[in-house]
Amino acid sequence: MTDPVMPHMEVGLAPETSLASRLLASRSFATGAIITAVIVAMALVSFGWTPYDVTKIVIADRLKSPSLSHWFGTDHFGRDIFSMIMVGARNSIAVALVAVGIGLAAGVPLGAWAAARRGLVDDALMRFNDLVFAFPSILSAVMITAIFGPGAVNAIIAIGIFNIPVFARVTRGAALSLWPREYVLAARVSGKGAARITVEHILPNIANLLIVQATIQFSLGILAEAGLSYLGLGAQPPMPSWGRMLFEAQTMMAIGPHMAIFPGLAIIVTVLGLNLMGDGLRDALDPRLRGKG
Amino acid sequence: MNYVKTGKILVSLAVALMAATVLSPASAFAAKDNIVLGVALEPPNLDPTSNAAAAIDEVVYANVFEGLTRIGPNGEVLPALAESWDISEDGKVYTFHLHEGVKFHDGTDFNSEDVVFSLDRARGEDSTNAQKGLFKAIESVEAVDPSTVKVTLSSPQGGFLFNMGWGDAVMVAPESAATNNENPVGTGPFKFSKWNKGSSIEIVRNDDYWGDKVALAKAEFRIIPDAAAATSALLAGDVDGFSNFPAPEAVPQFEADPNFALVIGSTEGETILAMNNKKPPFDNLKVRQAISHAIDRQAIIDGAMFGFGTPIGTHFAPHHPAYRADLIDMYPHDVAKAKELLVEAGYADGFKATLKLPPPTYARRGGEIIASQLREVGIDLEIIPLEWKQWLEGPFKAKDFDLTIVSHTEPMDIGIYANPDYYFQYGTDEAKAIMAKLDATTDTEARYKLLGDMQELITKDAVNAYLFELAKIGVWNAKVEGLWTNSPIQANDLTGVKWKD
Repeated sequence: MTDPVMPHMEVGLAPETSLASRLLASRSFATGAIITAVIVAMALVSFGWTPYDVTKIVIADRLKSPSLSHWFGTDHFGRDIFSMIMVGARNSIAVALVAVGIGLAAGVPLGAWAAARRGLVDDALMRFNDLVFAFPSILSAVMITAIFGPGAVNAIIAIGIFNIPVFARVTRGAALSLWPREYVLAARVSGKGAARITVEHILPNIANLLIVQATIQFSLGILAEAGLSYLGLGAQPPMPSWGRMLFEAQTMMAIGPHMAIFPGLAIIVTVLGLNLMGDGLRDALDPRLRGKG
Repeated sequence: MNYVKTGKILVSLAVALMAATVLSPASAFAAKDNIVLGVALEPPNLDPTSNAAAAIDEVVYANVFEGLTRIGPNGEVLPALAESWDISEDGKVYTFHLHEGVKFHDGTDFNSEDVVFSLDRARGEDSTNAQKGLFKAIESVEAVDPSTVKVTLSSPQGGFLFNMGWGDAVMVAPESAATNNENPVGTGPFKFSKWNKGSSIEIVRNDDYWGDKVALAKAEFRIIPDAAAATSALLAGDVDGFSNFPAPEAVPQFEADPNFALVIGSTEGETILAMNNKKPPFDNLKVRQAISHAIDRQAIIDGAMFGFGTPIGTHFAPHHPAYRADLIDMYPHDVAKAKELLVEAGYADGFKATLKLPPPTYARRGGEIIASQLREVGIDLEIIPLEWKQWLEGPFKAKDFDLTIVSHTEPMDIGIYANPDYYFQYGTDEAKAIMAKLDATTDTEARYKLLGDMQELITKDAVNAYLFELAKIGVWNAKVEGLWTNSPIQANDLTGVKWKD
């Protein structure tokens, strides 16, 4: 039997176009992905090589303007700012990545559980969620690091904790809409338990949403880490971090503006890259938006 | 007729207008009589006799509270509540003649009974005075008559009149001593007005002051802990000046600006890398010597303070005649020598330790530079930033630290090396013997010699690593005059401050 070509196929609502090709067609995803790849590459390279040692202070070289030997200039201690940005990228990415991991690992099971059980469990979890949500996250992160002391690990925990309700809510909302679906009902009729249904049917169908959310949380994590280390609560010296570089640059604005410009740009570019990538992903993954981008 | 009248009125109006335009600028330019000074630290309370914090004296010294004597802008001893004094032949009995008609801000009279009360309170068993050493030579204090006090010392003390000029030795009244923390009541030319916790402290002119009235009607100390905010507050005119400007890197900006006066002076602040002399491995002389060789003072001064500061080789102010300038050569910057000493001490592979840093720029920035310098010789430091309160409770009181950086801003404080209970825990018998001898010596030359011996001893033992003498960076409105150039004592003396017309 030969089906006539469905009209809507022609306007691009093509289920068979692969995710990869849809992503490649998205300009914002491509731009974002390239920026992110460059930053990640810088961070990875910094493990093995940086132009200069970032822990070595050479006072004689301080506050040099950008030049061929120091691309981004040097700071008030004579350290190479380009090298510091490379190592700072590693720090920012590591903190944001682990923090997103914490949010996913704890938030997704909680949200899925709430959706599967409904009733009291759902209410209790979600009200607790609201409680954590209602708290300004940066304030609570400051509180956590104030109690347990400043440092990269505590910054990760602080940011990670506030990722949990975000993922719990996204997971619950999406899972709730899937539970009444026929294929889920069919699975229930066939005797599968709630846990098995969640793993086999619910999670695979909400993975897209979670990936988009993770990208957004990742960029928020980079900003939060920069904020905490600006306040002196993130990674401690001599480990460079973008936030602290900005803090140190503040009083030097009149004599060494490059000290503020480059870490500031690093944060902006990274967050922009991640957001573009997130937008592109969402457009490519969300069937309702498909074809509109 | 009518026209004439109108004309007259017009003329008189015109004259009035002209007079107004001529006069009003004059009144607008009448000298300002209030000042807003920025301070980096908020004092923990306002009673200088209860707490070591310099931030207290920087508000109340000479302004709200006065002592028998006072320290002048160049470190000289001047009369204050005592208008004169006689010293007995043997140097043991001081008779102070007090000013008459002096009243505390609460209206009570100041007389010899208050002196007896204040000194007995400061040196008493349960005294919380942070500098009890100032009073330890006192054997008895007697009120001879309402305006005469006799102080008998157990042995002559060369620096007694200087000691009586410290903020810790100010006169307080029995009626108000207990509440001075929050509501300081003194005899000074300014009265405490209000304290907005976390933001500012205000004092106002005391119109019943016994001495010369001060020019300022009101002064406000605004608490600005952030160096970047300090720069913008000055540029915006929110504050009229900083006696101790916290951002040396911003100095060129003010130097070039004719609206500001930039006044660089000296302080009594020996900035040191303090080492816990009782805690391994810092109980090992060779380790302490290695650290002293590993540090590069000039790099610290340039990198942390943008060149403001004088390198020191010992715990003594370089502008004092008894300073031993030769001691700086005992531990020159020498990485090879430092490594060698570490090998001799049994730390060929170096070691790990912590470096606890209080908030000031000299400590936070200096700490990063020192950590980098010590890494060169194999000592790996973990930097732990602390707030002042944490620093006072941890390293200072509980002696819970390996290394820390702090500036000792008290004048002539080398005596802390004779106290085994002081936070870096030195206080050997040899040091105690020298200080005891110094206390009993009044001859200036002999005192200088002993002070020199003491400096040599602590440098030889590398008790701490001596970095630099803190500079006093004063930046204020060019129209303000009378603020101190140097800091011979912790103070912001406003008694001579006024606005130029």
